[in-house]
Amino acid sequence: MPERKVTVESEVGLHARPAATFVQTAAKAALGVTVAKGNGEPVNAKSILAVLSLDVRQGDTVVIKAEGEGADELLDELALIASAP
Amino acid sequence: MNALTGMGVSPGVGFGPAYVFSRDIPVPDPDARHDGDAAAERARATRALEQVAADLEERGARAGGQAQEILKAQALMARDPGLAVGVAGLVDAGVTAARAVYEGFGKYREIIVGAGGYLGERAADLDDVRDRVVAVLEGLPAPGLPARAAQPYVLVARDLAPADTAALSRDVVAAFVTEHGGPTSHTAILARAMGVPAVVACGGAASIAAGTPVLVDGFSGLVRLAPSDDEVVTATKASAARQSVLAAVTGPGATSDGHAVPLLANIGGPRDVDGALRYGAEGIGLYRTEFLFLDRASAPAEEEQTAAYLEVLNAFPGGRVTVRTLDAGADKPLAFLPPWGREPNPALGQRGLRLYEKHPEIMNAQLRALARASLQSTAKLQVMAPMVATQEEAARYVAACRDAGLPSAGVMIEIPSAALRASDLAAEVDFISIGTNDLAQYTFAADREVGTLTALHDPWQPALLDLVLMAVSGALEQGKPCGVCGEAAGDPVLACVLVGIGVTSLSMAPPALPAVRAALSLHSREQCLLAAQAALATTTPQEARGAARAHLPGLAGLAL
Repeated sequence: MPERKVTVESEVGLHARPAATFVQTAAKAALGVTVAKGNGEPVNAKSILAVLSLDVRQGDTVVIKAEGEGADELLDELALIASAP
Repeated sequence: MNALTGMGVSPGVGFGPAYVFSRDIPVPDPDARHDGDAAAERARATRALEQVAADLEERGARAGGQAQEILKAQALMARDPGLAVGVAGLVDAGVTAARAVYEGFGKYREIIVGAGGYLGERAADLDDVRDRVVAVLEGLPAPGLPARAAQPYVLVARDLAPADTAALSRDVVAAFVTEHGGPTSHTAILARAMGVPAVVACGGAASIAAGTPVLVDGFSGLVRLAPSDDEVVTATKASAARQSVLAAVTGPGATSDGHAVPLLANIGGPRDVDGALRYGAEGIGLYRTEFLFLDRASAPAEEEQTAAYLEVLNAFPGGRVTVRTLDAGADKPLAFLPPWGREPNPALGQRGLRLYEKHPEIMNAQLRALARASLQSTAKLQVMAPMVATQEEAARYVAACRDAGLPSAGVMIEIPSAALRASDLAAEVDFISIGTNDLAQYTFAADREVGTLTALHDPWQPALLDLVLMAVSGALEQGKPCGVCGEAAGDPVLACVLVGIGVTSLSMAPPALPAVRAALSLHSREQCLLAAQAALATTTPQEARGAARAHLPGLAGLAL
């Protein structure tokens, strides 16, 4: 399954605006997308509550996975959002 | 308890039943079961969640700025697919929709609160969404404010956010009373703009029972609960008498011996022009242009800007209109003007003029739009920059204004460094204008929105008066005019002191104009000077007030 591993650079981590943008982007896609903190349990990337609950902070690594048509483009976009300072 | 005291931040007397704004929604009964039709109950939950999401988005669009960011994220919570699955499962097991929503959020809430720090603070956002959905399902009034009322109410709250108050008008609100907040908090500024009395930093306000008749004196800060009819009549009459005395003084601002001090209005857009004219403003001393830029994905086109500037200019033919160019950043972030990076302390970050270094095209477009409006109007257009710290910044701004063809360019004095070196700055510009709200914030290292720091925002603080004196002296050295456009200018006693210090024009929320006009008309320039000297010689705000008043005998006749 295609995946991207990125380090979160935003000072507020994957919270607040970055989290909202991340979830909104994931929710627009027709395919299933998950995100995990490090080697942790993956959660639904379309759920703001699940993404917030991961408590991803600046410097943490996240693994984003998706499968299906357009998965690579979507993952690139999500990786960019997650790694934006 | 039949009286409370707070800080009066918007003058006048208001009376009405208390409308208590709170987010306290009762916890749904854990043992309640629905009537067995799980599909129908699931549909109710789904509808309630969607209704709240749509409402939050709409309120965000109205509020703009940072409030919109928060409300958007809250809407995402209401539409959360994981939450929906959890709620459906609980409903299928027989739990009512309201309880299912409560428990569904509870699972995430525990994790979020447990994380602490920044994430922990977001628990309040989650609770707000949960309470709104539960309120819809239980048929309770949502934690929102009625935009219509048979009788105007006294709005009582711990504190109010810009999003809470987006739809209010003076037809429905008789007065504001908040437990938190200070003279420059959102509630205070909103109340003055609406011309509604307000008392903030009022201890015990949140315990006022809903429906209690409340009499609010926005001048003294006294809040009386269940007053007698006599008390209401006396207070209302005294307020009306004061209003009629004030209304009797008309015409341009001047001291009793004829020293002219133009009295101008602070406005946030063309919609505030009527109020400014109604209260006799001679022009505009501060036109905040943020409203044009907030809540949009890209900067407004030059033509759209020109139209908005022209609308205000045309209301003051031959008069002066001072436009502050975009003051974004800090509490007013814009999508198309991102700062360099994350800012742990945005009030000390890339805001105001500083943002233009990275985005010069936005400023140049605004200056061109202003120049075009100026050519089509007989008003005297002045433009000024927010958040200027150094002479070099002032010089660069003036050069940009000259390039655009603008005849008059100035800077705001809001940062202590600019006040200390006002003479250097004044040498570069055509005028300066002191913004006392931010100047106090940066002088006392005290956030404007933190209610417990209210005392440091008292515009009578001697250190603030010293900086105003320094700024005015610097301007006069260079032969340049120096106005004040902070809330300090709207205090009739302080206005006399400012004129004594040498301030050449005063700009304020329009409803404050009559009292300032009357106070000036009753005192000579000499009396104002003595009041200023006396205030500057004191060491506390209380002493400064008292010392100034001793030289301003006419205030007693105004019941001020």
